[in-house]
Formats: sequence, structure tokens, C-alpha cells
Amino acid sequence: MIRALTMVFALLLAGGATAHKASDAYLTIERNGPSLQGQWDIALRDLDNAIGLDVNGDGEITWGELKARRVEIDAYAFGRLRIASAGETCPLTVSDRLADSHTDGAYAVLKFAGSCPQSGPTLTIDYRLFRGVDPQHRGLLNFVESGASRSVVFSEETPVWVVGGDSAGPLSQFATYVHEGIWHIWLGFDHVLFLLSLLLPAVLVRRDRHWQPGGSFRSAFIEVAKVVTAFTLAHSITLSLAALGVVSLPSRWVESAIALSVVLAALNNLFPVVANGRWIAAFAFGLLHGFGFAGALKDLGLPTGSLALSLAGFNVGVEIGQLAIVALFLPLAYALRATWGYRRLLLGGGSAAIAAVAAVWFAERAFDFPLFIAWASGP
Amino acid sequence: MGIVGTGLRALGVASILFTAFAPGAGAAPYVPTDDAVVLERLPERGDPKLRELKRMRVALAASPRNLDVAASVARRAITASRETGDPRFLGQAQAALSPWWTLSDAPPVVVLLRATIRQSQHDFDGALADLDKLLMANPRAAQARLTRATVLTVVGRFAEAQSDCRQLVSAAPPLVVAGCLAPPTSLSGGAEGAYAGLVQALETPGTDTGTIEWALTLAAEIAQRRGDPVAAERHFVAALALDPSDPYLKGAYADFLLDSSRPHDVLPLLAADTKNDALLLRLVLAEQQLPDQREAFVAHRSEMAARFDAARRRGDSLHRREEARFRLAVEADSRGALTLARDNWKVQREPADLRVLIDAARAANNAPTLRLASDWIAQTHLEDKALLAALAGL
Repeated sequence: MIRALTMVFALLLAGGATAHKASDAYLTIERNGPSLQGQWDIALRDLDNAIGLDVNGDGEITWGELKARRVEIDAYAFGRLRIASAGETCPLTVSDRLADSHTDGAYAVLKFAGSCPQSGPTLTIDYRLFRGVDPQHRGLLNFVESGASRSVVFSEETPVWVVGGDSAGPLSQFATYVHEGIWHIWLGFDHVLFLLSLLLPAVLVRRDRHWQPGGSFRSAFIEVAKVVTAFTLAHSITLSLAALGVVSLPSRWVESAIALSVVLAALNNLFPVVANGRWIAAFAFGLLHGFGFAGALKDLGLPTGSLALSLAGFNVGVEIGQLAIVALFLPLAYALRATWGYRRLLLGGGSAAIAAVAAVWFAERAFDFPLFIAWASGP
Repeated sequence: MGIVGTGLRALGVASILFTAFAPGAGAAPYVPTDDAVVLERLPERGDPKLRELKRMRVALAASPRNLDVAASVARRAITASRETGDPRFLGQAQAALSPWWTLSDAPPVVVLLRATIRQSQHDFDGALADLDKLLMANPRAAQARLTRATVLTVVGRFAEAQSDCRQLVSAAPPLVVAGCLAPPTSLSGGAEGAYAGLVQALETPGTDTGTIEWALTLAAEIAQRRGDPVAAERHFVAALALDPSDPYLKGAYADFLLDSSRPHDVLPLLAADTKNDALLLRLVLAEQQLPDQREAFVAHRSEMAARFDAARRRGDSLHRREEARFRLAVEADSRGALTLARDNWKVQREPADLRVLIDAARAANNAPTLRLASDWIAQTHLEDKALLAALAGL
């Protein structure tokens, strides 16, 4: 009993004299367009602790011992650091190996370079050095871009940080995300086709189980405005909720459901179930599409320092892209609404084609089975 | 979603620093000229206990879910962190316990070690939650009770600490009970009785050296607070004879020497302890007062500043008490010192925490903080001559 208690006294005094520094590593990453330059200082004591450097067991680590373990050190360190841009990993290679000393001893210095296959406003950095070996370890990142730098700390609780995209000032950052939002809706064919499926009948009215040309431009405009507003409102809600981490859905589920929503919207033109309440369908399915936009935004990454600004910019971009489509579509559709070509070819044939393409997407996404190399990709 | 979510949660964490920093305090990276150049000396060099710890960690890596080995590694690593003052060992202790670390129904041996690690990291609430749970399940768990009394004392909950100590009477030797009671009792108006109880228990033979050294240190600190430097010196010297390398004891003795205007005596005491931040601070404070130590002072001062900087960059708040002292005494930055001392006081309530709070408040001419300190002294009936003198501005 006394022995055991004594042990505890020893432990108790530990709090009184905190000293030294716990384990840190210093990471610098400089981005210049697609290319990355970096330096990673890792304490020799920590490396010895994780993979063993003191080969001869004399309690000293020499430069020779460090060099002898360079392959293992590279593999260990870079197996625990992942840098990604727009969802794609940026491969890194070690360019130089040096030594340095910090306040708590000697460090191995790894210089590295990399290049990102996909450009994006931000970098997502996933850092798990010494995971499982020392839960108190911290990775101190200094990210440098366009002459500005910022620092974040990786820990077991926060192993992932998104950096960049905010170094050029708020206005240009906002503009970057507006741009990304516009391109996302233009290149995300599933959103465009969904919207078109809902808009094609807007210049028509359903009478006696047949599509008839609508009356005034005004009524067509109001119909389009209702659909677009409902769709916008709905996807803005879910985009924000998902981007802010309030709601999270599995992306395969979301993508499959989006494809299905396109199928249903197109089929509704051929076999109308919902004729004059399309704005309700636009709202309901718009909720789904918002999750899809959020998935795309996740790949781009949101700068942690100014998340609301980037989110708003992306949303504005999506709306601009969408309004551009509407601005092109509405006058054309209105002008052609009374033609046989519009009702048969565009509404009928177009909707059938959209339904068929979307059905293929659905099969691919839901069953993870590539039917053909998709010329159109989802978000 | 996961990635965005993680980044968002982290937004609330104060670890985002927008300031630029140079990549470490190191000089420029270099390529050593010779393979034989020694870059680092590992702590286990010349320390059989640390070599044994390293061997045990290798054994644990082979069977990480072996509770006996894991607990033994954690215990040794915690002891190593105390003996060397090196928090990397606390990380090793936590890693050894990682299969059980987040379990709400972790085995009692893990919960006790986890509480100790949390306390060392100044997570006093987390430590108390663990200890409460242990004592709820087993009120006779003497170790848990003793640990809780200590944590409660550090956070200034003296009555509860005393109550824990009293429950040890039938479970622990008299010196342990006296040593448990002495800090909370002496800090809440009962210094004379606590001191007498400790001295009396020290005269009873049959306790091991570790416990005696611990009790002597406590006696020295109480004597110092009561304004009896002769007795304090005697106890400190006796304790050092039993364990000349205990960093806590050395720090306490150095503070005593500094308060007694004997900076010269600090130099030989701490000359070999510059790796320990808390002890380097005392060395710097001593060298500052000695004109013939100018060169050492300049070097140690910048080393100390670099270490505080390194700790801040990783988000550590463990050094606030020491850093407040450094800012005030060495850097003459009374406002910075006051901020640190006030933040520290929210967490820790030991006399050393109050001392730096008062010194900083006086230097910064901050009446509300001085009032807070004098209220605390009035409320707890703290007896500490040096503190009262500091408060009075003497």
C-alpha cells in the first residue's frame, strides 16, 4: 500500500513543474499556381520513437544513422500527409534532406515539391503524423501564397484543415467562388437537364390532356420565375446546411437521387402527373440538388477563415449560371411554343432523351457500374 | 462533408493564428559534414530506467491491447515525465492507454492514470470527473482519493480536499495523511497546525524516502510562507539530500533562494537543468540580478523567449504562470504579464499563481485585480508573508 501510494505522490507532483515542449513538427507549404514547395521539420526524438533511428542503440543519433533510414522516414512521413486540390491528391516528392535544431533538439528537415493535377481555390491538408504514437503531437503549418501567410495547428482532434483561397483579399476570394459556382452549374449537366425538364412546359398549358401554347409572355415568365425561385430557395437551404456541417448525407445516395429526380422531371413531361404545380416539384427536388452542390463545394474546399463569404459567392455563382440559362431559354421557347417542333420534338423527344440519359446516370451512380464513359458528369 | 465539417468545428478553436512566423527558431537547415556527427542525444542515454521504458514500449507495440503492459508503460512514462520534466513522456503514456482512452467504462487502472495525465496537462475538470467516477464506484480507493485531494487543492477547493484527506486516515500511513492535509489546510488559515502535524509525522520512523522527501518539501514551503526562512532552508536541504534531482523540489528551493535575495546560490543548483523550462526560468531570474552573469543571462533569456514562443505556437497554455513571471521580471511587460496571470488564475489557484497575479497587477497598476487578490486572501485566510508584503506594495 505504501509503495503504491508513494508512486502516486510522485505522479501528483508532475503538475507542478511543467517543462520542455511536447512533440511538434513544423510544416511550411508554399503554393504557386499548381506547384507546391514545402519543408517539413520533424524532431529526431519523435522519429526515433515511431520508427527507430538509433540503429546501434548507443542513445545517440548521428547523421549517418539518419541517412541510413531516409527511405523509411520518407515513407512514414509522407504516408501521413495528404494534400488535395479540388478533390484530387497532389503527389509530393522529397527533393532534399537536411538537419536543423529547434528549441527542443535536433530535427530532420525534408524539403519537398509537388504539383496538383486539379486547380482549385483551396488546398485540403490531411495531417496524421505520429497518430497512435503520440496523441499530444501537433503539426504547425505555415501556408504561404501570394506573399501572404497563415498558420494552422494540426492535432488529433483537428487533423484536416482547408487553407488558401483567402490570401488575395475578400473581394477576389468572393469572385473566385462566384466563378466556381457558375462553372459548376454549366458543367453539371444533371442540374441543367433537371431545370430544362421543368422549364420546357412553362411556355405551354395543359388542356384536354394535350399541351397547348400558353397565352402571354407574362404568364410564361411568371411560371418560369416560380420554378426557378423554388429551385433556388430549396438548393440554397440544403447547400448551406450541408456546407456548414449541420446535415450530412452520403454522396452516392445524393448523386443517385439527383439522377432519379431528372428522370422523374422528364417523365412528367411525357406522362404528366404534376402539371401546374411544377414549382413544388422544383422545391422538393431542389433540396436534393443543394446537397449535390455542397459535394462540389467540399471538393473545392472552403477557406476556414472566411467560410460564409465563399459559401455566399458559390451560391451567387450558381444563381448567375442558372439565370443565364433561363435568359437564353425563355425567349427562344416562347417564340417557338406554338410550333409542332417545340411540342413534339423538344418537349416530347427532348424529355425522352433526358429521361434516358438520366436513367443511365442513375444506374451508374446507384450501382457503381460504368455503363459508358460519361460525357457528362455530375458534381 | 466530413472534411468541411472538421474544418468548421475547428473554427471555434483558438488555434488559427493569422500572424506569419518564421519556420521555427532554428538556424538555417544544413547538411552535416560528416556521417559521424552526433545530431541528438536521446534521453535514455545513461538512464537505465528510460532504456527499460523504451524496451517495454517495443513489447507493448507487439500486443497493444495488453492492459497490464499498457498500464505499466503509462506509469513509467508518467514517472519519467516528472523526473525529467519532459512532456513527450506524457504523450507516450497517453498513447499506451489509447485503446481505452475514450471509453466511458475504461478499467479503473486506466481511469486513474488518465486522471493523472489530464491533471498534468492542466485539464483539472477532466481529471476530477475521472476521479469522481472512481471514488463513486469504490470509496476506499486510496490513490484516487489522494490524487483528487491534490487536484482540488490546485484549483483552490480546500475544504473538499481536506475532506478527502481525512478519509485516508484508516487507509494510509500517518505521514501520507499529514502530507495530504498540509497543503489545503495551510492555504486556508491552518498553517500552524498543518506544519506541526507534518513535523510530528516526519519524526515517526518507518516511511520510505520518496514520501519523506515529499513531506519535507511541503514543510519547507509552509515554513517559507509563514516567514520562517531558517526552518524552510533546513527542510529544503534535508529534502535535497534525499533526492537531489527532483525538479519540483529544485524549483521550489530556487524560488526560496530568489525570495531570500540569494541569486548566487541558484546558479549551482540549476546549472545542469537548462533543458527544463521551469528551472531555466529560475536560472534566468537569478542571472538577471548578477552583473557577472551578463553573458549567460542574455543567452538564456533569448532561449527562454524562444521556448515560450514555441509553446504558444502549438497552442499550449501550460506555461502561463511561468511566462507571466518571465514577461514581468525579465521583459518588463507588465500588461502582457497581467493578461497571462489573470488567465492562469482562472485555472490554477496555488500561492505561486496568486503571487505572479499580484506582482503583475501592481506593476500594471490594476486595482480591480489587486482587489480580487485581496478578496481571495480574506476569503481563504491564506497565510503567506511574502504575498501579503507584495499586496501591500512593500
